[in-house]
Amino acid sequence: MSNKKRFSLLLVCMMALVMVLGACSTTKTNPSGGSAESNTAAQLDQIKQRGKLIVGVKYDTKLFGLKDPGSGKVEGFDVDMAHALAKSILGDESKVELKEVTSKTRIPMLNNGDVDMVIATMTITDARKKEVDFSDVYFQAGQSLLVKKGSPIQGIEDVTADTTILAAKGATSIDNIEEKVPGVKVLEFDNYQDAFNALKAGQGEALTTDDAILYGMAAQDPNYEVVGKPFTDEPYGIAVKKGQTGLVEAINKGLTDMKADGSYDELYKKWIGKAPESK
Amino acid sequence: MLDFSILIEYFPDYMEGFLNTIQASLIALVGSFILGTIIAVFRITGIKPLQWLGTAYVEFIRNIPILIVVLFFYLGLPSLGARLDGFQAGTLGLTVYTSAFIAEAIRAGILSVPKGQMEAARSSGMSYIQSMLHVILPQAIKLVIPPLSNQFINLIKNSSVLTIVAGLDLMYFADSINGDSYATVSTYIFTGMFYLILTLPMSYGSHVLERRLAKSS
Amino acid sequence: MDFAGAYSPENLKFLMEGLGMTLYVAFFAIIFSFVIGCFAGVIRYMKIPVLSQVLAVVVEILRNLPLLLIIFFVQFAVPQISFFGIQFKFTIPVGAIIALTLFEAAMISEIVRAGLNSIPKGQVEAARSSGLGTVQTLWHIVLPQGLRRMVPPLVSQFISLLKDTSLAVIVALAELMHNAQIIMGQNHNYPIPILLLVAMIYFVVNYTLSLISRRLETRTV
Repeated sequence: MSNKKRFSLLLVCMMALVMVLGACSTTKTNPSGGSAESNTAAQLDQIKQRGKLIVGVKYDTKLFGLKDPGSGKVEGFDVDMAHALAKSILGDESKVELKEVTSKTRIPMLNNGDVDMVIATMTITDARKKEVDFSDVYFQAGQSLLVKKGSPIQGIEDVTADTTILAAKGATSIDNIEEKVPGVKVLEFDNYQDAFNALKAGQGEALTTDDAILYGMAAQDPNYEVVGKPFTDEPYGIAVKKGQTGLVEAINKGLTDMKADGSYDELYKKWIGKAPESK
Repeated sequence: MLDFSILIEYFPDYMEGFLNTIQASLIALVGSFILGTIIAVFRITGIKPLQWLGTAYVEFIRNIPILIVVLFFYLGLPSLGARLDGFQAGTLGLTVYTSAFIAEAIRAGILSVPKGQMEAARSSGMSYIQSMLHVILPQAIKLVIPPLSNQFINLIKNSSVLTIVAGLDLMYFADSINGDSYATVSTYIFTGMFYLILTLPMSYGSHVLERRLAKSS
Repeated sequence: MDFAGAYSPENLKFLMEGLGMTLYVAFFAIIFSFVIGCFAGVIRYMKIPVLSQVLAVVVEILRNLPLLLIIFFVQFAVPQISFFGIQFKFTIPVGAIIALTLFEAAMISEIVRAGLNSIPKGQVEAARSSGLGTVQTLWHIVLPQGLRRMVPPLVSQFISLLKDTSLAVIVALAELMHNAQIIMGQNHNYPIPILLLVAMIYFVVNYTLSLISRRLETRTV
């Protein structure tokens, strides 16, 4: 067979393949497609039957979900949250299996049924609400400022056009601060670690991003502190597969109970170092 | 299952990633060719230290994952005082990684040019570098074109590691499109097609070239 | 740079766990891709109608796609496709093995096909005219000689496969590179020491593989 013929054959076959793919069906955006899954309590029943909660958490985020290579344990606010929910739903806080998720993999893993829920510093947004269901807010993050202890900057009101602010590239936090303080000088870095190093080197007066991340930096170096009230809203929610309202209710009940008996405040204090601010 | 509205709605994103992938591949292509040629010449000069350096470079790079090379430029360099963004670090890593394979291909090509030619060129008064540039390399190039074209296809495919350092390539935009649309199947099938637009013609071209070269020799 | 901190016993143990996962995934992917690749290569060599053409298209597509894309697709897109009512779902290691197997089998099938094609046609004709059947000719005459020629490219393909397992970091497979990244994320003085160490680990494993292959080559030639 000549090369040309072969190439055109290849093209024809590829086009046929595309058409077959086009005709195939996906179950995506149709999570309630299966007969068993149309039951809004199906996942909750499955969890109870299994006797174990499978939770997706991050393994690389300080304070929320960080794997300690020494002990092999994953520790953080999100992880403790998973244990608390296991206690509330299954009556035993040890009945948790953790799976690692990243920002990229958490929604596919949820939709594919690899995890029952995702507790992974996930901000509730309208776009995400179309894909997954969220619990009530379990952590109220917001953009805030990190400064050296004793700095004259004690909140967004102290930031002026003469202040140099450090931030990470591509983050919405840059737009937010420029909107709040027109004309402010912003130095952008590739990642938070670099921005933090620049703050230590005195290249700017304050670093801005989600306070949850800033608390992690403050924990790394006690000479720095998070100041002022958050000036944007980044409400973190626990995500479950769309349509599983039974599970969402169970999670929300767990959250309400935790807030009522003070264990939520304890958890917050354990990781963030202070009581949650009531808004 | 193939949702064409994804392609239409996110076309600008696909294009930006596509063009960045082409740009990274072209830069790395030229860079790795130059670097690879230098390393290949190092290995055959007969000057021992250069030879060792060249061999160590090729053997080391060829036996480690490209991701390590890219992460070295992205995460490692800042602690040595230089800072590169994801695209720069990724393209540089791609260049260094590919150059080791190209050096091997070129070395094999040069070695297959009969020794007598070098001697003849030298005895006719050319310097080593002159005989290399004017006599040996032009002949070697012909022999190394097929393996080189394979390396360049690999280079395009490997450019997808830029996504791991946020290098704004096609795969990076695919992830962001998927993060926005959640239409995983369609998003990545279209992404695959964009890659095939680049790699299939090259693969076809290299088949043809190989045949033609086989016939002419 | 903090070499002492980066090379703490806990971190080394964690890296070794990662290496274990890398070798586990690579081992199965090598076996499966070799078997599948051989079959596909032989089918294409024998030009079995329809099957051969279909394979040609599949192989050409797989070979020309980035592996990163294939890994992500197998793990997260395939479970969303229903193949005549059946859905496939894999754990992360299994998904990684499948993706690597698909990609590497496509590469290996080309190596096998080229190896078989390199056996002079005259030998095949001679064998056939001496009364051997097609399969017998393949099994007794072509394959033994072809395999010998395939050893070097096959081994370099297996080395690629071992390196390529590192790309499964995008689906958070807990292999060597992934564990390295977790350690590097903890301290900005760790990247260079850890990257050097991990590079050395990959180098030692792969270089051993290539030494074995060189020994094999000299023995068979």
